Amino acid sequence: MNVNYIWYFLTFLTLVSAIMVVVVRNPIHSVLYLILTFFCISAHYVLLNAQFLAAVNVIVYAGAIMVLFLFVIMFLNLREYTAESKTNLVKLGAAVLGGVLLVIIVAALRSMQIEPLNKATYNSQVGMVESLGKVLFRDYLLPFELITVLFFVAMVGAVMLGKRETGERNF
Amino acid sequence: MNTNYLPSDYLPIVVQLLAALGFIVGSMLVSHNIGPKRHSKKKDDPFECGIPTEGDARTPISVKYFLVAILFVLFDVEIIFLYPWAVNFLDWMKESREMAIAIFVEMILFMGLLLVGFYYIIRKGVLNWNQ
Amino acid sequence: MDSTVFIVRSIIIFVIFGITLLIATYSTYAERKVAAFLQDRLGPNRAGPFGIWQPLADAVKMFTKEEFIPAQANKWLFIAGPCFAMLTALMASAVIPFGDTVQYEGQFIAVQGIDINIGILWIFGIVSLGVYGVMIGGWASNNKFSLLGAIRAASQNISYELAMGLSIIAILMMSGSLSLRDMVNQQATPFLGVSGLNWNIFYQPVGFIIFLTCAFAECNRTPFDLPECETELVGGYHTEYSSMKLGFYLFAEYINMFVSSAVISALYFGGFNFPGQAWVASLLPAGALGHNLLTSIGVVVFFGKIFFFIFFYMWVRWTLPRFRYDQLMNLGWKTLIPLAILNIVVTGAGLLFDFKPATWLIVIFVVVLAVISAAQPRKTMRPQQSTV
Repeated sequence: MNVNYIWYFLTFLTLVSAIMVVVVRNPIHSVLYLILTFFCISAHYVLLNAQFLAAVNVIVYAGAIMVLFLFVIMFLNLREYTAESKTNLVKLGAAVLGGVLLVIIVAALRSMQIEPLNKATYNSQVGMVESLGKVLFRDYLLPFELITVLFFVAMVGAVMLGKRETGERNF
Repeated sequence: MNTNYLPSDYLPIVVQLLAALGFIVGSMLVSHNIGPKRHSKKKDDPFECGIPTEGDARTPISVKYFLVAILFVLFDVEIIFLYPWAVNFLDWMKESREMAIAIFVEMILFMGLLLVGFYYIIRKGVLNWNQ
Repeated sequence: MDSTVFIVRSIIIFVIFGITLLIATYSTYAERKVAAFLQDRLGPNRAGPFGIWQPLADAVKMFTKEEFIPAQANKWLFIAGPCFAMLTALMASAVIPFGDTVQYEGQFIAVQGIDINIGILWIFGIVSLGVYGVMIGGWASNNKFSLLGAIRAASQNISYELAMGLSIIAILMMSGSLSLRDMVNQQATPFLGVSGLNWNIFYQPVGFIIFLTCAFAECNRTPFDLPECETELVGGYHTEYSSMKLGFYLFAEYINMFVSSAVISALYFGGFNFPGQAWVASLLPAGALGHNLLTSIGVVVFFGKIFFFIFFYMWVRWTLPRFRYDQLMNLGWKTLIPLAILNIVVTGAGLLFDFKPATWLIVIFVVVLAVISAAQPRKTMRPQQSTV
């Protein structure tokens, strides 16, 4: 079986579902397409033999962050103010921001040096969880410990967001 | 012990996915086609214990549920960081005991800082459900 | 992967698929029989001898019932909810090692759908997706009870998923691999001179209790069946469902029970290893035949363990009452998560100081605490005010 065809099929599916995220009107359908997109990206990771990343992508993005998105969309009842938020100014701002991001990504990709594949030193098992742990906890120790600060800030932020305001109607 | 994992190991998953999808779509179609269909105004309303339905069901819910979801994302990421550490623990012990202890202490530091945040959340009463 | 291995693997997957469906079907029968036994009743006994065709009758009934979609529901999401629940339930069984290898024409083929490096994370990922089926279905119904059931289910599942993930970490520290097959193979070594009895339960009692509790909560089984508690929420998230769509929700629950029983047996109870397997292997003829016979005994033993845990689920269902919602969340967040973290720390310290059963210290500590608190005179309980 030719791997190239699998790759083309997956990429096609990824792009289509990513476009559908933006195109569909119902926010819940949009979240479901986003989940499908994450699955396709995970399948790409599997093709690269980065199995741990594939699993983590599913668990964290498809399993955790999307649940949060779904919570917010489903239970905040956003349907009333979907139309009027799209003024021309907002559209212009979104286009400018998206364009800047695109330029940055293209510039970063162009300046990146990718080493050509060396078949003698290539190790197909480099994407496994064992090698990741060895690098993460030895060479990138300080960034790893700094993550806790990020977590702490996020927790405080969550508590601040969760302050109950008077006059809210909920269960 | 399998030490050479390849992407092609995942191919049988496609078979399982197709089997599962086939089963689901098949039984959905069958049950859709052989059941009776009778509609009436009262019957198509949502069932709320016989009381006439009032308003839309999709009302905002308590903010506690959102906080639980946010905290879940945070802790989930923390657990993900524990996996590469736990898997390598025995290897580090084999290499040298000192290094294993050092990395163990690092992880205790990581979890300790996280538990401080957790303690803060509990003190703030975010996880109190009975008031 | 060459085509022979692929075909054999596909056959294994189809067989596992069929067995999963069969076990899930007959779990419904077993549940009613166990319930009847525990409550001193007869249970289903009309369809066939001892009512063994009851599941088939149920299936026919499910198929021929009216498929009802409420007028205000979101039609496609309403259909997608149960399909999603069923799909996630059916995909999990691929990585479970049901047996050792089968020797066929010189090749050793593992009795497992796929043997991947991240086996336990596969299960974990599928479990984390299971919440979508309930959420989508409950929201799409546009019914207040369904919505309440759905948020309850979602919060409960994500809360207990954390403790579940943490309890697995302690096992990983001892096994050094994420592959379920490696974990099971490590439990084949002798324990106190008995081969095949080096089960993780002897080193990880606390982790096992946490994992078991979380498995109950993830399957929405009593005492954690708040998402569908009929006294408060009519039917919970599947109030509006009928015909095979309701069947899918119920079926998915039984498949999840089967899968979680298999995972519990593989992680903590040695999987397909059984006490005295070295002795049994010495009795069997050498070569391919003996190897395959031993493997089949192992598969039977593994299914025996799975059946025991499925029975355990039912046993608990008719023994324990349901939790209140604040009790459920307190147990998940304030008890199980700190306990799981403590378990990890104690396991790590035990490994560093060459004392593997270190987590028994936690058990002893908790038991002593319980005895002390039980010996004290009981304070008068005031009923708590609950507004949630």
